[in-house]
Amino acid sequence: MKQFITFIRKEFYHVFRDRKTLLLLFGLPIAQIILFGFALTNEIKNSKIVICDYARDNASQRIIEKLAVSTNFNIEKTILSHQEIEAAFKSGKIKLVIVFPAGFNEDILHFNKATVQVIADASDPNTATTLTNYISNIVSDYQKEITGLNPLPYQVVPETRMLYNPELKGATNFVPGVMALVLLLVCVLMTSASIVREKEKGTMEVLLVSPFNPLLVIISKAVPYFVLSLINLTIILLLSVFLLDMPFNGNLLLFFAESSLFIVTALSLGLLISNSTDSLQSAMLVSLLGMLIPTMLFTGFMFPIENMPMPLQVISNLVPSRWYYIIVKSIMIKGLGFAVIWKETLILLAMTVFLLLVSFKKFKIRLQ
Amino acid sequence: MKTLRFLLVKEFKQIFRNRSLLPVIFVMPVIQLLIMPLAANYEVKNINISIVDHDHSSYSQKLISKITASGYFKLAGYCDSYNQAFKQIENDQADLILEIPHDFEKKLVRENKQQLFIAINAINGTKAGLGGSYLAAIIAGFNNGIRIDWLQPQRFSQSPVIEVTASNWFNTFLYYPFFMVPGILVVLVTMVCTYMCSLNIVKEKEVGTIEQINVTPIKKYHFILGKLIPFWVIGIFVFSVGLFVVGRLVYGIVPVGNIPLLYAFLSLYLVALLGLGLLISTYSETQQQAMSVAFFFIMIFLLMSGLFTPVDSMPSWARTIAAFNPVTYFIEVMRMVVLKGSGFSDVKYQFLIITAFAIFFNTWAILNYKKTS
Repeated sequence: MKQFITFIRKEFYHVFRDRKTLLLLFGLPIAQIILFGFALTNEIKNSKIVICDYARDNASQRIIEKLAVSTNFNIEKTILSHQEIEAAFKSGKIKLVIVFPAGFNEDILHFNKATVQVIADASDPNTATTLTNYISNIVSDYQKEITGLNPLPYQVVPETRMLYNPELKGATNFVPGVMALVLLLVCVLMTSASIVREKEKGTMEVLLVSPFNPLLVIISKAVPYFVLSLINLTIILLLSVFLLDMPFNGNLLLFFAESSLFIVTALSLGLLISNSTDSLQSAMLVSLLGMLIPTMLFTGFMFPIENMPMPLQVISNLVPSRWYYIIVKSIMIKGLGFAVIWKETLILLAMTVFLLLVSFKKFKIRLQ
Repeated sequence: MKTLRFLLVKEFKQIFRNRSLLPVIFVMPVIQLLIMPLAANYEVKNINISIVDHDHSSYSQKLISKITASGYFKLAGYCDSYNQAFKQIENDQADLILEIPHDFEKKLVRENKQQLFIAINAINGTKAGLGGSYLAAIIAGFNNGIRIDWLQPQRFSQSPVIEVTASNWFNTFLYYPFFMVPGILVVLVTMVCTYMCSLNIVKEKEVGTIEQINVTPIKKYHFILGKLIPFWVIGIFVFSVGLFVVGRLVYGIVPVGNIPLLYAFLSLYLVALLGLGLLISTYSETQQQAMSVAFFFIMIFLLMSGLFTPVDSMPSWARTIAAFNPVTYFIEVMRMVVLKGSGFSDVKYQFLIITAFAIFFNTWAILNYKKTS
């Protein structure tokens, strides 16, 4: 036991005496929470648009005024020629052009019908559809204004309530995702790197010929990262509650228990990678290149999993962070208990056992 | 010149004789490019809806069939009470609850007005917002249908109608991979080159072979060029495979713009990126350090690049940070040239900036690399 503690202390020294690695360990989660909390949003704001006003009458001016006050748009300039539109799109500065045909107001007054043309740069489909919707809403607002206040008969009024996140903040969705992402990547990268490094430097040989149980060597490597991950998790949690005003509705103890399970899953994945490779470079490249973007996508916090093609949905089941993400959302935001998340817990547990079994089987105490 | 050639031969041999590294460089990017654009889709479909129908009238039936026929919603089930439906939301079986009140049909006809209750799981704000607006549009359509049933159709509409006709240029069918593939390709090239380059020099430091190079008459710039050129070639190769093999054959993306222009930008971009990799490796002592620092920057670059979320929507301080991110510029240029066919005059500003990045990173890296320990 005393040996074990000495080994763990050795590993802690390894971690803490390497400043640049600490940047990744603690800098990354903090930077991510701040970016996701304040900078990154799926909303479309400040989009530069161009107005092509052939009408220049009362009605078109009123609509332009409405567009000008909206924070979604920045009216870049008003151009008059149709030829300039394509050039403006190609220069990449603008997202959308609105064309008011000549005699717009007269059409409204005399024919009761007028057309506004919207040309969107659909190379970004999401922005194009969203902006077109915003414009339709603004135009129909104006239409209501000129129609007056005649209430329509037989009205069905939908009354909508947004559960859990009434302000539709992005952070509510992102924070659990960032937790899953950071814990998984940091744990996998760090453990796999620290074990393979001993192999590469040859110090693994020294450890293996010592009277110390080889399995304990591996376990003592995982312990510091387990502790650091818990600290990391606490930092993320504090930041998101106090800086981003996120709710924490559930049981804190359950949250940390589930997180510990997930950290162990991630550590065993790192163990497997380190047991399957011999060079530090390939261990790190596999854990980063191979895992960064897939984890980001298949956790489900950036893109909804149920929209993906079927084979990808099946693959996403293999990503541990997907299950942890569901667990965090249930505990933290919905405030639910263990009864709802036992299935996800079981899946993580099974993954952990499987990964550990495979990596212990692959673990060689003999050198080639 | 001869020295440089020998160094290049050495570097290429080092890369190609490392069996475990080759698949990481060549296979992983292709696989990721095949999978990721399919997954990265903002379109919201298959919203699970749970319906609490207290009315059981012909109107409520009509509304429900209109909703399920729309293609956006999938019926998660009928519930007897709101609480039961709420359980489904808690279990993630449903995303949205529609509650139709008792006597909905009767009151709608008699009182001219009736409410419907909608509750949406808004943890994912975007999805909730879109789901809510789809449902509102369906309800409005249903409402119009009822009005036509009850009122005399008017020959001339009394109130003016302003129609918005939208046309989508450059990507008429709103095909999402057109937008994602160029961006993801940029990120993959960035990751491969920066990681590999930053690891490479540190490895010589860690293994100790850099001492041998330091005692030879190899010049500083020979050494650095010898390290840069192989990864520059690999970067161009990975990019070409991604654009012409995967992009063309799998996603049907044919660049509209000038391809030499694209390669000119890529060449400059790779120089800038490799400079960054070099810089990181001159500051690190071990491979793990280099990897950690490189990963930290790549992660931030990736998130701030506008690949997944638009740069224009960020607050101004974040847009300032994004302006110092080389990845942003290449993603912009890629999308502009490949999808819209922009010419050199449209992207000359980006060219200028990326050249500045290239000069800055490389000068710093060369100044910081010392042959004396």
